[in-house]
Amino acid sequence: MNRVLAERPLEGAASENDPALRASRARQRRGRWLAHGILLLGVLIFALPIWITLVGSSHDVNTIGRGEVPLWFGSHAIDNYIAAWERGGSAVRNTRAVPAGTMLWNSAVMATLIAAGKIAISILSAYAVVFFSFPGRMAFFWMIFITLMLPVEVRIIPTFQVVVDLNLTDSMAGLVIPVIASATATLLFRQFFLTIPDEYVEAAKIDGAGPLRFFWDVVLPLSRTNIAALFVILFIYGWNQYLWPLLIITDTSLETVVVGLSKMIGRGDAQNEWNAIMATAILALLPPVAVVILMQRWFVKGLTETEK
Amino acid sequence: MRKNVIFRGKLLPLLLLSPQLAITIVFFFWPAGQAIWSSLLREDAFGLSRQFVGLENFAEVLADPTWRGAAGNTAIFAFSVAILAISAALLLAVQADKSIRGSGAYKTLLIWPYAVAPAIAAVLWLFLFHPQIGLIGRALNAAQIAWDYRLNGGQAMLLVIIASAWKQVSYNFIFFLAGLQSIPRSVLEAAAIDGARPMRRFWTVVFPLLSPTTFFLLTVNLVYAFFDTFGVIHALTQGGPAKATETLIYKVYVDGVENLNLGASAAQSVILMAIVIAMTAVQFRFIERKVHY
Amino acid sequence: MATLTLSGIRKSFGATTVLHGIDLDIAEGEMVVIVGASGCGKSTLLRITAGLETPTAGTVRIGGRDVTPLEPADRDIALVFQNYALYPHMTVFDNMAYGLKIRRMPREEIRRRVEEAATLLGIAPLLHRRPRELSGGQRQRVAMGRAIVREPKLFLFDEPLSNLDAKLRVQMRAEIRRLQRRLGVTSLFVTHDQVEAMTLGDRLVVMNQGRAAQVATPMEIFANPADTYVAGFIGSPTMNLLRATLAEGGGAATLAAGGSIPLDRPRPGPAGRALVVGIRPEHVTLGGSLPMAVELVEPLGSETVLHGTLPGGEAMTVRVQGPAPAHGGTLPVSLVEPLHIFDAETGRRL
Repeated sequence: MNRVLAERPLEGAASENDPALRASRARQRRGRWLAHGILLLGVLIFALPIWITLVGSSHDVNTIGRGEVPLWFGSHAIDNYIAAWERGGSAVRNTRAVPAGTMLWNSAVMATLIAAGKIAISILSAYAVVFFSFPGRMAFFWMIFITLMLPVEVRIIPTFQVVVDLNLTDSMAGLVIPVIASATATLLFRQFFLTIPDEYVEAAKIDGAGPLRFFWDVVLPLSRTNIAALFVILFIYGWNQYLWPLLIITDTSLETVVVGLSKMIGRGDAQNEWNAIMATAILALLPPVAVVILMQRWFVKGLTETEK
Repeated sequence: MRKNVIFRGKLLPLLLLSPQLAITIVFFFWPAGQAIWSSLLREDAFGLSRQFVGLENFAEVLADPTWRGAAGNTAIFAFSVAILAISAALLLAVQADKSIRGSGAYKTLLIWPYAVAPAIAAVLWLFLFHPQIGLIGRALNAAQIAWDYRLNGGQAMLLVIIASAWKQVSYNFIFFLAGLQSIPRSVLEAAAIDGARPMRRFWTVVFPLLSPTTFFLLTVNLVYAFFDTFGVIHALTQGGPAKATETLIYKVYVDGVENLNLGASAAQSVILMAIVIAMTAVQFRFIERKVHY
Repeated sequence: MATLTLSGIRKSFGATTVLHGIDLDIAEGEMVVIVGASGCGKSTLLRITAGLETPTAGTVRIGGRDVTPLEPADRDIALVFQNYALYPHMTVFDNMAYGLKIRRMPREEIRRRVEEAATLLGIAPLLHRRPRELSGGQRQRVAMGRAIVREPKLFLFDEPLSNLDAKLRVQMRAEIRRLQRRLGVTSLFVTHDQVEAMTLGDRLVVMNQGRAAQVATPMEIFANPADTYVAGFIGSPTMNLLRATLAEGGGAATLAAGGSIPLDRPRPGPAGRALVVGIRPEHVTLGGSLPMAVELVEPLGSETVLHGTLPGGEAMTVRVQGPAPAHGGTLPVSLVEPLHIFDAETGRRL
């Protein structure tokens, strides 16, 4: 709000001693300090859990286990991360420790396949719906659209049953394919395709480009930024899958890191390997956070546009 | 709906649609149909035969005190998360929208939690609030406040709310910021010239103009709290202690996967579907209205 | 280079008919401009010629060959779009080369043709830029270049100048005309701008509500408009159209505004036949028996345009050389030659 007033140079008229001028300057200064204060507080609250985790991951297991909550880094960082990466950590309840390296790899593969798969099938179906007229077009469109209303969580048990019947449990395919249909991505591409001027299609027709050629030479290159934006969002979505992998993966070699991390924590007063858990937590959140920060522009675009 | 200028052909578009359709049918419509069908059936005690029982499963679910408890938990949980996450985000977005030094850096530092998985957010907050190893958990106990979210239901609920809202603030922040930036400068300038002070300007001009965003975020946050927070609860409290944090979605999972009570679980799934459909419909009606105005 | 023959072109969208049977013959190398108000069907006619739209009835022949069932790509035509439709992600070179690449023309030949066209259009230094780095006039040239490299039998232009500012439009107009003459390609040009039509076309087709009101050379249309629509559409300021009736014997017309004027030749019909008398503003002379109440004076420097009303309330525009003789008040005017006499009922010229 303040940007309206804050930046406006107060021209001419008022002298330095004008009380109105001084009052208004003071108000602007107060507003800026308040803004800095609130934002800093927000940043700190956001960062606090990460800080504690990051610091914790650099101490040995006993320091944390004793409940000495360290606020500054210890000397075991490298050991902890190597141990987590190669061996994993485990709670008493759960003796099957899975190396974080394996879990991160599984998460990366799953997230990439989900993002790429969702983009591929939805760009094709959006292209069909927008650039063609064929019987049942609207019915198909609504079929895709209605899936918006059926998140995997609400149909979890019967979907699981289908995956069991198809013999896809404990497989990457079972992890990826059932969540790959995306009404959101289809809608986004459809929205974007509708903004492609008709004249491009006409020019392509006169140039002699057929529908597939037009898709490849014109539509796909024009969709690049949308694809990038969507990829960021969907990669995070894929990486953060929880309930689905929890259900269908029992084979530890396919464990993903988000599920694996929560399995590392024992219930009750079990003695946990907190240092390994914290190191794994940092490793688990690093890739999607890095994607958001490094691709911030695309991320924001993807987020605000998929929800429109 | 479609372009005026189109390509000819009927086979090609069907071919292009087929992957999406196949997955949708196999993994969406078939299971949803199964859920509805099995919500009308009941298995005998030995799992040998199933018989049609009509709406009995629904009646039973709705009468079940544990289901009602879960519904109550869900309502408290979802609205707390939504209100907390929305108001915090609005406060931050309004500050970040001011032209102050470093606003770009603030934005970056405020959006990253979006990328953290709900289950990981839960683990991070566990590190803070764990009664033995957590910074805050120990501090509370040291201050003679008995803090153990593993024993106290209210504390457990508070913790899952904080962890869930924490992650969602970034999302709301991004949308509020976009909403603020789309308010025409001239409107703000007019309000400034009318003599409205910043606070007043915010409540009389900015906030009403943000109301579409706020409403949109309210439904999105509720849906998030209903479904996406499964990971938070599973990782932090597993619905406990004594079902104090068992939400509807968590109960579907418990009944279906752990207790293998498929009929009841299916009936619950169907009820959840109805809730999502209602929420989505409200949201779309609203968007439609916005489009027309 | 080829002739273009449209015969009996009709087009309906559902219950609304936008083209009511258009016949048109374009000779080799000729440039014909279709002009009309928006919604008159001129763009539809062009798009039917291009093959982007299928006619409800009628045939399109290019070089004598019936191309009606053919796809646009197989008609050997090129179209310059109103918004140019340059692919934004391709360079100027790629935009111009795209159609040739699809036709699997050898790389060297593509390069030769694109460079030749670029030189011709003065855009050779821009070949590696993208459309958004070009000015409006440059984009226009690229759009032309894309058409030229194809060496088509027929050029189609869909209001290609309407997105340019006034000055550039005049310049590009001349350039298109020169280029078309030089290449000698049969061309069909659609515009709503009558000045553009008059200056560009060997012949004009004035369209009105899905019908060709008149097909003739610009001067013929100006001198002998076929009906009141054409009369009102071509020429600026527009022709004055006054209500009148035929006098006994057909040798004179009685104006509704008062007074009688002799006709160059007698028109048929009974006395009292309703007529419309048209006269261009530059043919109205000052001094006479018709009192015009002057309401607006527009001094344009070398000439002055006076707007006013005649007794009875009909609007009248007069164009005089030099400064205005009077400001406001009433000015006597008279209508002399050439008069255009139309039937009031059908609007046709008599």
